[in-house]
Amino acid sequence: MTGFINFIVPAAYFTAAVMFIYGLKAMSSPVTARRGIIWSGVAMAVAVLVTFMHPKVGGNYALIVLAIGLGGVAAWISARKVAMTDMPQMIALYNGMGGGAAAAIAAVELLKRSSGEVQMDNVTVVLAVLGGIIGAIAFSGSLIAFGKLQGWIRKSWRFSGQQALNLVIFLATLALGALLMMTESSPMVLLAFFGLALVMGVLMTVPIGGADMPVVISLYNALTGLAVGFEGYVLQNPAMMIAGIVVGAAGSLLTQLMAKSMNRSLGNVLFAGFGKADEDSAGIEVSGEMKSIDATDASIQLAYAEKVIIIPGYGLAVAQAQHKLWELTELLQHRGVKVSFAIHPVAGRMPGHMNVLLAEAGVPYDLIFDLEDINAQFPTTDVALVIGANDVVNPAARKDTASPIYGMPILDVDKAKNCIVIKRGQGTGFSGIENLLFFEDNTRMLYGDAQKVAQALISGVKSLGE
Amino acid sequence: MEGWVALYIFMLAAFTGIEIIARVPAILHTPLMSGSNFIHGIVLVGAMVILGMATTTTEIVVGFVAVFLAAGNVVGGYVVTDRMLEMFKSSGQKKE
Repeated sequence: MTGFINFIVPAAYFTAAVMFIYGLKAMSSPVTARRGIIWSGVAMAVAVLVTFMHPKVGGNYALIVLAIGLGGVAAWISARKVAMTDMPQMIALYNGMGGGAAAAIAAVELLKRSSGEVQMDNVTVVLAVLGGIIGAIAFSGSLIAFGKLQGWIRKSWRFSGQQALNLVIFLATLALGALLMMTESSPMVLLAFFGLALVMGVLMTVPIGGADMPVVISLYNALTGLAVGFEGYVLQNPAMMIAGIVVGAAGSLLTQLMAKSMNRSLGNVLFAGFGKADEDSAGIEVSGEMKSIDATDASIQLAYAEKVIIIPGYGLAVAQAQHKLWELTELLQHRGVKVSFAIHPVAGRMPGHMNVLLAEAGVPYDLIFDLEDINAQFPTTDVALVIGANDVVNPAARKDTASPIYGMPILDVDKAKNCIVIKRGQGTGFSGIENLLFFEDNTRMLYGDAQKVAQALISGVKSLGE
Repeated sequence: MEGWVALYIFMLAAFTGIEIIARVPAILHTPLMSGSNFIHGIVLVGAMVILGMATTTTEIVVGFVAVFLAAGNVVGGYVVTDRMLEMFKSSGQKKE
């Protein structure tokens, strides 16, 4: 029996590692993505079941089942209930839990070492300590990110000397970590070490503004991966090592891609606040005025167009107008209008979030195009319909060198023959930057709540008959 | 496991991770982040071993917290990812 267990446990872990990689690979194409998560899920279930037979697990079975049950049910209920618009913060929350688990593993192992129960070689203790810091930062940081996106924490705390304080705390954490590595320190040192690492995660996250949150969540996701990989070595578990580091590496790259599509470096996201630049730049003079249009005229323009591109932004999701928008699209398609959707990499709350929201409304993914694929099409487009997007269509990114968003890749909506912007009021957007698009000659503003306006456009197009 | 062997595993795993993500369309960034979030839920396996070995009260409490958190990571990560991916359909599939 022992021989069998000694074979089946590592064999199951090995299979799980293979299926995780295969599953993640499948998730990188929309056609196979669903399969990918299901395979990974099966692998996870097998790995968890087999762990009950793990030679080192000597008892506490009831407690293990109870903890899995409690954590699992809580997560199940919250994950089923959450609206698609709130998805980013849930990812942050579940990610934080994983980071916390990795930190807790480090804590128990280091505690055993300080009581002399286990001996650790140098590599093990270094990785245990590093995984502990990283996991704890990912835990507290993700919880703050969750609180911010959920609207529980509204303020972005900034004060002079904040970065100096962060640096001091970071160095203190590292110093305590080094102390832990070198000596079999007391539990008090251990407690202080984890306490400081948790504070570090909080301090790193509180100054970061809402728009940058996705980048930070992605960063913490990568960090949790690293922590899991390191603790995997401590526990001599290759499945944890491989899955953790694969996620750590993939997550780091994803974080960089996200930061790049916002035209920021990761350092800039973490250490400089967004919109800091507008204080010291006057920007170029805005010329012309905003011209408005009513829903009837707008629907005539849309209905008799040959080619329409719709540019949805987060405002669309907030107004829950994506279903109405799809209804409008189907009506237009029925009239023979060629409709496509253009999605900016950072539309919504994180890259790809808008795609998820459109998919929820039933928009097929082959009508949805990335920035690089569609930008060349705007000059031949009759109507570009901007709905709830702002900064990502602001030509200031191309024209105004003093603008904080200068250099950010944007959708070239202003190059379309006509442009209709659906917007709630005349104010500036999320970033507080004046949008030059609104003042262009070929732009018409259609004021109102996105959902109501979409409904008005639907009736408008319908009234034109076949 | 020897430290060098671990380093090789880490190195190969890192290249694998980068290779998988490198050519992904932006449409899948969010589901992929969520999917990778689920995969590091494998930390549950380690947390179970920790709780299974625990003898002192502190170890049991911390181990219990670890399993609880990791289980949340696994289940939440899976459900959220699956809900997102379930919705991705092409126009061909939609018309049935």
